[in-house]
Amino acid sequence: MKQARMLAIAAAVLGLGLLPLALTSKYLLHLVIMAAIFAILTMGLNLIYGYVGQLSLGHTAFFGIGAYTSALLALRLQMGFGWTLLSAAIAAGAAGIFIGHITLRLREAYFVIVTLSFSEIIYLVAVNWVDFTGGPMGLPDVPSPAGRLPGIGAWEITSKVSYYYLVMAVLLPLALIVYRMVRSPVGTAFVALRENEDLATSVGIGAYRYAMIAFVTGAIFAGLGGSLYAHYVGFISPEVFTFHYMIIMLVMAIMGGLGTISGPIVGSILFTLIPEYLRVAEKLREPIFGAILMVSIIFMPQGIVPLVGRLWRALRRRPLETR
Amino acid sequence: MLAEILQQVINGLIIGSTYALAAVGLTMIFGMMHIVNFTHGEFYMLGGFFAYQLAAFLHLNYYLSVASAVMAVMAVGFVCERVLLAPLRGKSIDTTVLVTIGLSIFLQNLALLWWGPTPKSIPLPFSNMPLRWGPVVLTWSRVLAVTVTFALIVLVHVLIRKSLLGKAMRATFQEKDSARLAGVDVERIYALTFTMGSGLAAAAGALLGSIFLIYPAMGNMAILKAFIVVILGGMGNFLGAIFGGLILGVTEGLGAGFVSSGYKDAIGFVLVILILMFKPSGLLGKGRRL
Repeated sequence: MKQARMLAIAAAVLGLGLLPLALTSKYLLHLVIMAAIFAILTMGLNLIYGYVGQLSLGHTAFFGIGAYTSALLALRLQMGFGWTLLSAAIAAGAAGIFIGHITLRLREAYFVIVTLSFSEIIYLVAVNWVDFTGGPMGLPDVPSPAGRLPGIGAWEITSKVSYYYLVMAVLLPLALIVYRMVRSPVGTAFVALRENEDLATSVGIGAYRYAMIAFVTGAIFAGLGGSLYAHYVGFISPEVFTFHYMIIMLVMAIMGGLGTISGPIVGSILFTLIPEYLRVAEKLREPIFGAILMVSIIFMPQGIVPLVGRLWRALRRRPLETR
Repeated sequence: MLAEILQQVINGLIIGSTYALAAVGLTMIFGMMHIVNFTHGEFYMLGGFFAYQLAAFLHLNYYLSVASAVMAVMAVGFVCERVLLAPLRGKSIDTTVLVTIGLSIFLQNLALLWWGPTPKSIPLPFSNMPLRWGPVVLTWSRVLAVTVTFALIVLVHVLIRKSLLGKAMRATFQEKDSARLAGVDVERIYALTFTMGSGLAAAAGALLGSIFLIYPAMGNMAILKAFIVVILGGMGNFLGAIFGGLILGVTEGLGAGFVSSGYKDAIGFVLVILILMFKPSGLLGKGRRL
């Protein structure tokens, strides 16, 4: 059993490694890169919303903070990519501690509204602090990832294929962190808080402490995603803080499967690809997204991954029963 | 300096009463019913557009247009409550948040497809020339909006506090099961209150749409301000909503005049964060914890 799992993991890694060779279309590769960046963002949102059960509408704040930190450091101080990525994570994590400290004492509606308030405030700062952030015009010409390594010398990532490997090199360790975290006692505490906070607190699980762990980890993920996004797209504007991205992340997380490890990844792939195919009906894209959000919450609140899992188990059980 | 402050305060009071108007319906739906209704901004927007459609295309009388728009949005609200929200009763609050966000995106983009992005203005039956009284500058549409705001808020306050229906409403949202035991038709109260709240949002949209302009995204800022006002005034407190609206308007006016107009919209968010940190029962509240 353990060997089979190791084999499956090895096959998956090999498959991911060979994927760019199979994708002959540059456009498809671009979509895969975007899906991977969104998967990083959504995995973070899934920690606080899917596992701890606190609906944060401020996740775009951390995405934007990561993107702006990276872009500003690369443009103003010519920092190498390693440092901008690290700084984006630190900046988003610090903002997560600050915002979490204030919001995680609140519950339900108040948590939702105050997290939203924070992302609106940061949006207004990005729009109005023109000297620092470039204002509504944003920051053009964010350099592609480059740096200097001892022994190797200067390097720069310019092709889509190498960017793909870079994004994977961030996504896979983060997925492993999520996997280890949710299967540890910390993850059990998350779920306990989601299912019954009073009961969890009464057996000594500190709600604030564990919610903070999930919130700040999620913020760091979003910061990393923001940094990858800024260097990849090469242009950012205050738009990164808008509710539009929040909706996309929510749809991905919910449709994929809240509180599952692979849900956010599946959701990110699906909802990066589906809108591209909806391009035929460009004007109907947004209303369709709204309708999907509504319908999925009402009819499929568990998302695709648990649904597929149930189907799979049902199919496997049948032959046993007939025997 | 003093004249300038006075001017900012007066501007703030006028803007603040429009905030209060936008918030009355939400005080019902969010403050009393505890439904975090993100579609409220879209009811507000639809109120404006329906009134515009009736007045500009069917050449209906202005007041009749506004009244019919309110009725139409009440019908929309009623359907939303019955079809989308009633089945979610008792589920966690995130569910309603997400469903109403989805509905709001859906309606807002339908409005965008139907009416286009260009701002529209409702044709008015009276001239909108400014009236001057010393430092105060007013227009008829503003006088009308402010008057209707206060009339509506007082009316709703009396309805909730004094009438039997109001008593049933308060009972339902405080202790649903006991209310049902006492013979209150809880489902009807839910539908009725939500419908009334939607109608109030539409009234606000139509009246404020007569002062400003009407466009599909007009509900986005309105709903955020309305949430801020409801929290500032205290949940479900209608007189508090007037107070919260005025406080928000005046603080924004002073902030825009003396700090920076770009950060004007941030002031409300900062106020809400401070209120929830230090006095979660609202400015007028009696220190009750959340």
